[in-house]
Amino acid sequence: MTATSPPPVLSMTGVSKRFGAVQALSNVDFQVRAGEVVALVGDNGAGKSTLIKAIAGVNLPDAGQIYFNGEQVHIGSPAQAQRLGIATVHQDLALCDNLDVVMNLFLGSEITRGPLLDEVSMEKESWRLLRELSAKIPSVRIAVASLSGGQRQTVAIARALLGEPQVVMLDEPTAALGVAQTEEVLGLIGRLRERNLAVVVISHNMANVMAVADRVVVLRLGRNNGEYLVADTSVEEIVGAITGAVVHAAPDVPPAEASH
Amino acid sequence: MSTTKPARTAPGELPPAGPPADLLDERLIAQQGLSGWLRSEGLRLRTGDIGSLPVIIGLVIIWVIFAVLNPAFVSAQNLVNLAIQLVPIGTLALGIVFVLLLGQIDLSAGSVAGVAAAVVAVTFVNMGFPLVLAILAAILSGSLIGLVYGLVFNRFGVPSFIITLAGLLAFLGVQLLVLGNEGTVNVPFNSPLVQFANGTFLPPVVSYVLVVLAAVAVLLSGMQLNRRRASADLSTVPLAVVVVRALFLAAILAAATFVLSQDRGVPLMFVLFVVVIAIMDLTIKRTRWGRDIMAVGGNVEAARRAGINVKAVYLSVFVTCSTFAALGGVLLAARLAAANQSTGTGDVNLNAIAAAVIGGTSLFGGRGSAYSALLGIVVIQSISNGLDLLNLDSSIRFIITGLVTLLAVIIDSTTRRRRAQAGRA
Repeated sequence: MTATSPPPVLSMTGVSKRFGAVQALSNVDFQVRAGEVVALVGDNGAGKSTLIKAIAGVNLPDAGQIYFNGEQVHIGSPAQAQRLGIATVHQDLALCDNLDVVMNLFLGSEITRGPLLDEVSMEKESWRLLRELSAKIPSVRIAVASLSGGQRQTVAIARALLGEPQVVMLDEPTAALGVAQTEEVLGLIGRLRERNLAVVVISHNMANVMAVADRVVVLRLGRNNGEYLVADTSVEEIVGAITGAVVHAAPDVPPAEASH
Repeated sequence: MSTTKPARTAPGELPPAGPPADLLDERLIAQQGLSGWLRSEGLRLRTGDIGSLPVIIGLVIIWVIFAVLNPAFVSAQNLVNLAIQLVPIGTLALGIVFVLLLGQIDLSAGSVAGVAAAVVAVTFVNMGFPLVLAILAAILSGSLIGLVYGLVFNRFGVPSFIITLAGLLAFLGVQLLVLGNEGTVNVPFNSPLVQFANGTFLPPVVSYVLVVLAAVAVLLSGMQLNRRRASADLSTVPLAVVVVRALFLAAILAAATFVLSQDRGVPLMFVLFVVVIAIMDLTIKRTRWGRDIMAVGGNVEAARRAGINVKAVYLSVFVTCSTFAALGGVLLAARLAAANQSTGTGDVNLNAIAAAVIGGTSLFGGRGSAYSALLGIVVIQSISNGLDLLNLDSSIRFIITGLVTLLAVIIDSTTRRRRAQAGRA
């Protein structure tokens, strides 16, 4: 698969992570290219979140290599991941309800003008960013509490984009959303691809995955269990891989156990 | 006049003409012009974003009642007294506003004020320190106490309620210790400290000049903001609104100056208190530190993930609160020309907290402003002063102050619900 045109922005090989007696990830390979949306799917406990957290610098993997733009990197903290250009939108969004959209977007990285905050520049920049995403936010000066779920997701994603990342990871971006709002967020993910970002989406919703992803990576019980191009696969095939009806046994599994 | 369109040089993703960039969404109920502004302000109030309106209404009711019961309440002399009386506890309340914005509490502000009063009196009178040094020592002792609170809070995660409850007792002990056996240290009445708090008033001319300066500052900053917003292609406030705001402020300040100048004049201490409040309001609303405080008060986890050093925010706010409490203690000693064992005890502490809450700072964190300390303390001190004039027992005063505080908390909780329903934070 590595033969396709652009080299991956982010690639991981042989990543393993163990929590006590549980082998959460064993020998997992994963990669994502610029301008590509990769859906990471799998049943509960398959290791999706553990993998995302390894990329985001939240959990350190026990073994394996991570390459960013072809160079091997060590991601030791969330801040380090952000500095590399990896932005993560967590499921709980982490927005301050009492602050308005502009304040939330620039939280922690405000534009200042002397000792004071430069609200005008921040508001202008917010509109530019939200327009670019064709985001439907009626006003950036209303508190985030008054936004709909989809709009809150939009703000969280826009916030992730402020740091000019190369990789954006979205954890269950449509989990709590209604039909129209889901549509809005899926459209937004498409526009991230148009911006030539590498996008990783965790989702349980197969319809959404088929609608938005280019490639689907299936994890099962902490191992790779198949990789599909959305164009040449079906929901049934992916569901089969998730549930284990189809097993893509990786050939190098048994020795990995012995090495620990 | 306010929608002048500057030449657009931005990389043109926007249509070249039409409403400002922030009013493009067709779902936004755009309100333009003076009447539109008034309509949207009316809507803001109805949907629970009431700001300080209930306090101001409450204050008017309180003043009318007291004025009817005893006309001396609204005499120039009594109002000057009121303006002096409210400053020390108002300063404590200002510190309390900061911890409340974080969703924390400080129950020990009164004890810290007592310690500071004792320190300034003992070092200045008994030990012969220069006055400036004595004041500095008192204020720094407050900062140090706040530092201890912050460190304990960050290190052990003990609720601030408990830490400051312990501090309330412990620093009452320190206060007694510093005062020594006599228990009272009188500060000479002719010392600059006591003179500042009791005998320094602005001549009417100076007061009026300050009023004009304040109004001009509001006018110019409003116009400058409009200019910058217009050149950034954002909506602007109608010029009429900016002018009316400045004139309104000027009218209120001039009326207050006129009344107070019928007696001794505007107390310098009161003017400085208002200036400090204005600076703190700017600090909370328009600086990084203030924004960090609001973020931590709103959602600690979000603030942490945004890269804000949450522990540093907690530490700095506990230090700020205790420092203001100490400053208030110095002013208490100055106003009473003495520090004794009861300075800062009794209802001082609870009045400071009540003032912050009555003024509109939420107990739940993330909502409020520095001005709530001013508004709240005017209410509290008016009640206290008015009941004194009626020769009512302090038992009645406690009961009434308690009920007013309860009312303020009820308003806080109900407007919070209404805001949530109307989709405002």
